[in-house]
Amino acid sequence: MASTTPTQIDTAPPVAKSGRSTGRAGDKIFAGLSKGSGILLLVIMASIAAFLTYRATIALSKNEGNFLTTFDWNASANPPVFGIAVLLFGTVVSSIIAMAIAVPIAVGIALFISHYAPRKLAAPLAYVVDLLAAVPSIIYGIWGALFLVPQLNGLNLWLDEYLGWTYVFEKTQVGVARSLFTVGILLAIMILPIVTSVSREVFLQVPRMNEEAALALGATRWEVIRMSVLPFGRSGVISASMLGLGRALGETMAVATVLSPSFLISGHILNPGGGTFAQNIAAKFDEANEFGRDALIASGLVLFLLTLLVNGAARLIIARRKDFSGANA
Amino acid sequence: MSHAIQDQRPTRARKSAAPASLTRGGLPRWAPAGIAVLAIALGCGLGLALDLSSKVQWGLIAGLLFIGITYTASAVVENRRQAKDRVATSLVWVCFVLAVIPLLSLMWTTISRGLELLSGNFLSHSMNGVTSFDEGGGVYHALLGTIEQVALATLIAAPIGLLTAVYLVEYGKGRLARSVTFFVDVMTGIPSIVAGLFILTTWNLMLGFGPSGFAGAMALSILMMPVVVRSTEEMLKLVPNELREAALALGVPKWRVILKVVLPTAIGGISTGVMLAVARIAGETAPIMLLVFGTQLINGNPFEGAQSSLPLYIWEQYKVGSEPSYDRAWAAALVLIAFVMILNLVARGIARWKAPKTGR
Repeated sequence: MASTTPTQIDTAPPVAKSGRSTGRAGDKIFAGLSKGSGILLLVIMASIAAFLTYRATIALSKNEGNFLTTFDWNASANPPVFGIAVLLFGTVVSSIIAMAIAVPIAVGIALFISHYAPRKLAAPLAYVVDLLAAVPSIIYGIWGALFLVPQLNGLNLWLDEYLGWTYVFEKTQVGVARSLFTVGILLAIMILPIVTSVSREVFLQVPRMNEEAALALGATRWEVIRMSVLPFGRSGVISASMLGLGRALGETMAVATVLSPSFLISGHILNPGGGTFAQNIAAKFDEANEFGRDALIASGLVLFLLTLLVNGAARLIIARRKDFSGANA
Repeated sequence: MSHAIQDQRPTRARKSAAPASLTRGGLPRWAPAGIAVLAIALGCGLGLALDLSSKVQWGLIAGLLFIGITYTASAVVENRRQAKDRVATSLVWVCFVLAVIPLLSLMWTTISRGLELLSGNFLSHSMNGVTSFDEGGGVYHALLGTIEQVALATLIAAPIGLLTAVYLVEYGKGRLARSVTFFVDVMTGIPSIVAGLFILTTWNLMLGFGPSGFAGAMALSILMMPVVVRSTEEMLKLVPNELREAALALGVPKWRVILKVVLPTAIGGISTGVMLAVARIAGETAPIMLLVFGTQLINGNPFEGAQSSLPLYIWEQYKVGSEPSYDRAWAAALVLIAFVMILNLVARGIARWKAPKTGR
């Protein structure tokens, strides 16, 4: 209370005839509002972490199994037994498959758009790739389940026949291709656009002089790319891949439609089965009682922390390079 | 004739521009096309000869043959470096084709399967009284739900996002602004289901509200805010500083400068950003599934009782797993994709039409 009087005196400069016309009050309100919404965003992030942690601790305190190593999810049973081992394995494996497929192809597309495509085609092509990003995930999901899965049966048999000796590609269970491998392929298609567009931005910012110098020395186009474009764009590609990884980790509907879940860890990625955090939440939510929901929230917290870590790291890499290159990825 | 592209393609330019006697011999310009025809012919021939059933295998054989023949021919006639260059070029083209195939397939499947059922009747009726295995029914209740939830989410997220961007560009300095920027970026990557779980914990479990369209809208707004902040921020940075300085020099208070000069200058880009964000959240399923619950009936009130939405409708119909429900799922998918694509096209149209002329 006491402090209001002095500030009013402070803000009204002696020259001004009336305090209203200077608009100082409006300035304060507006600055406060915009600062407030900035702070609100931070508060939302903090409270997501806080509330999820709070409910998760309720669930964890009553868990009869080991949260990290139990291969089961019976949160609604009495006593509740659940663990994230299978979910963590499935999430990481499907994301790794997605990255292994998507990153090389995305770099190829980015190079195609930035260095190979005819000039007139480049802009529309970039636009088409951006449109891929706008397709909702549920549509990828039903396309994956109703179209892609039948198409992949042949590929699975082929992989099993010729690469079965690698253990990873051995298919020990018969059944349709509702496996982590198929999920990985679908996720790869879904993260292609983001990885492509960030990589493309970086490739376009390679100093023209570097490329021209290489060309002047008689380098072929591939040598130009290998010697000047890829080294320059490396950290951009890394952070683009991590943004894609963040997407792949948290994808719900595409996984939920394609995968036929089970609570087993198997190195045979062609076998149907496995699960991911987001898919498990979507699948178990309907039948969960109140305690079961808390358990699902606990697994959601792990997913949140995982994506926070990956995205934070990606952003830090981008921010570090922004300082010296002006890349606005 | 070939002069026009010489500056674009240095390797070829060297070959065709220099007198033939000075060059070490190169493959003719039609070589890639010729090798492609040869490889396809050989691929088909081998496929027929070995009796391979799958056309994909034919294509793979032809592709591998193409790369092999190109490499050998170029290595023999030109040199190893040129050969590598040609292989890299074909690999990059392959990457591009690989990316286009799923997009075309997805579009084709959705449009061809969706058009089977799409009609005025489908758009104007709900699923009331239609059991899952019946034909008929429609998507009206879901469309209504989607529009209401997305509108509510935009009402919450757009002002907050806009003000945050204004703060970051016009006021923000120091630690707070840097951490806001960082966390906005990180927030872009929050999985949608986590946003749903957050609203579930606070709104439904702690405050005890039931499922409603509004709860879903709040989760959607969490997903929408960072996107709005990012795009608005980029647009505000494009507004020339001279405009601000001129207005300030005339004695206009800062908040009026922002409201009357900065924001109107960038309004085209800002509305584009908001519409792209709307397009993104319109397709979100996971938070809606947790918070809005889904219903077969028309519920026009987003604040009371379960609603439906297009993505959720597709998911429900997919889960039923009968032929008529698959048809409904595809038709709804077509409606959703049309909704999202129209938003995208309009947004990009506005961006082009209203772009600030700063010579980017």
